Amino acid sequence: MQATSIHISQEPRVQYLLRIGDTALILAQRLSEWTGHAPVIEEDIALSNIALDLVGQARAVLTHAGTVEGAGHDEDQLAFLREERDYRNVTLVELPRSDFAVTVLRNTMMATFLRLLWERLGSSSDAELAAIAGKAIKEARYHQRHSADWMVRLGRGTAESKQRLARALDLLWPYAAELFASDAVDDAAAQAGLGPRWGDLKDDWLADMTAILGESALPVPPFVPFLSTGKHGVHSEHMGFILAEMQHLQRAYPGGVW
Amino acid sequence: MTRAERAWVVLGEVLDPEVPALSLRDLGIVRDVIDHGRELEVVLTPTYSGCPATEVIEQSVLAAIEAEGLGPVRATLRRAPAWTTDWISEEGKRKLREYGIAPPGPVMPEAAVPIRFRRREEAKVACPHCGSLHTERLSAFGSTACKAMYRCVDCLEPFEYFKPI
Repeated sequence: MQATSIHISQEPRVQYLLRIGDTALILAQRLSEWTGHAPVIEEDIALSNIALDLVGQARAVLTHAGTVEGAGHDEDQLAFLREERDYRNVTLVELPRSDFAVTVLRNTMMATFLRLLWERLGSSSDAELAAIAGKAIKEARYHQRHSADWMVRLGRGTAESKQRLARALDLLWPYAAELFASDAVDDAAAQAGLGPRWGDLKDDWLADMTAILGESALPVPPFVPFLSTGKHGVHSEHMGFILAEMQHLQRAYPGGVW
Repeated sequence: MTRAERAWVVLGEVLDPEVPALSLRDLGIVRDVIDHGRELEVVLTPTYSGCPATEVIEQSVLAAIEAEGLGPVRATLRRAPAWTTDWISEEGKRKLREYGIAPPGPVMPEAAVPIRFRRREEAKVACPHCGSLHTERLSAFGSTACKAMYRCVDCLEPFEYFKPI
């Protein structure tokens, strides 16, 4: 078993799958940091369970990406043996977990996005991806509902909770733009019927977020010119630390399994 | 009985590792048993994407069928159509209730509309201990991916609810 890094095909179909799988994987890793640390036990369990669903989705999509690539890479190699620049998750999910308000808002933004994405992927021309989506959509709906409930509670809670949620919004909202910045990978996916151009999900996402923020007594911030680039492998300074922790075991004990 | 029929009987006795009140058949995750002549194939559909019991279930299926002398056997995963709690048998729902877990209600079409504020219609969950419909949700998530935590306001007992998905 090797511990050296693997390199992945730049084929748009593989890249499109990696964006989905890596986004689920890194968000799961961030959420799992709450296990044992959430403000109340119910949320400890909730965040751990959401992380578990996301890990499951990531496993399925990465396994499939490896199959499509056809170079013999399995889910573990894809998850643990790539260099930072070969991860295709959006930057939003790699930002530090910060406080509970940041976590709740990010979960809401991502569950809303993933729900819309899985809905569209349910009719993918790729039967395996459609099958994965058929399961994941049920999970994403539950995540969205749970996170949105918390948005309302924080937004209409105490002065402290409202202020923290407003601060989280200032911090995270600029990173939403990346979700909807379509490129050649999206175009290829749309043309092949593999999945939607992510940019096409923007209106529905904004409608849901507007409803949720409205209920939470918070304004919908404008989009700003800033555009993060995690999908293209150019990550924030936080990504290396996540990978160091995630990859440590596979690098130290190549091929190790539970 | 054919070999496949005998395998179905065996699978009716293999218990789910996380909800050991139910057999894999009760849970509705065994979708097919196919006799390929030399080899037997058991087709399973996973419950949740990240259910940590999936691998254990696969192993216990293989072990139980081998032990009955029905092997060689292999297990395959079928993702579509996705598993739903509507596949839990009536017998399974009864067993859940007796075990102290409120069985899932039918999956409602409005589950597809997750965001609806102001008086969301929640289906009433009956307390598995006293039958009262006067219950409240304590936690949207529970000890396993498939359950939520509830409390009965009448008999005051806490209980788990198998979430409809």
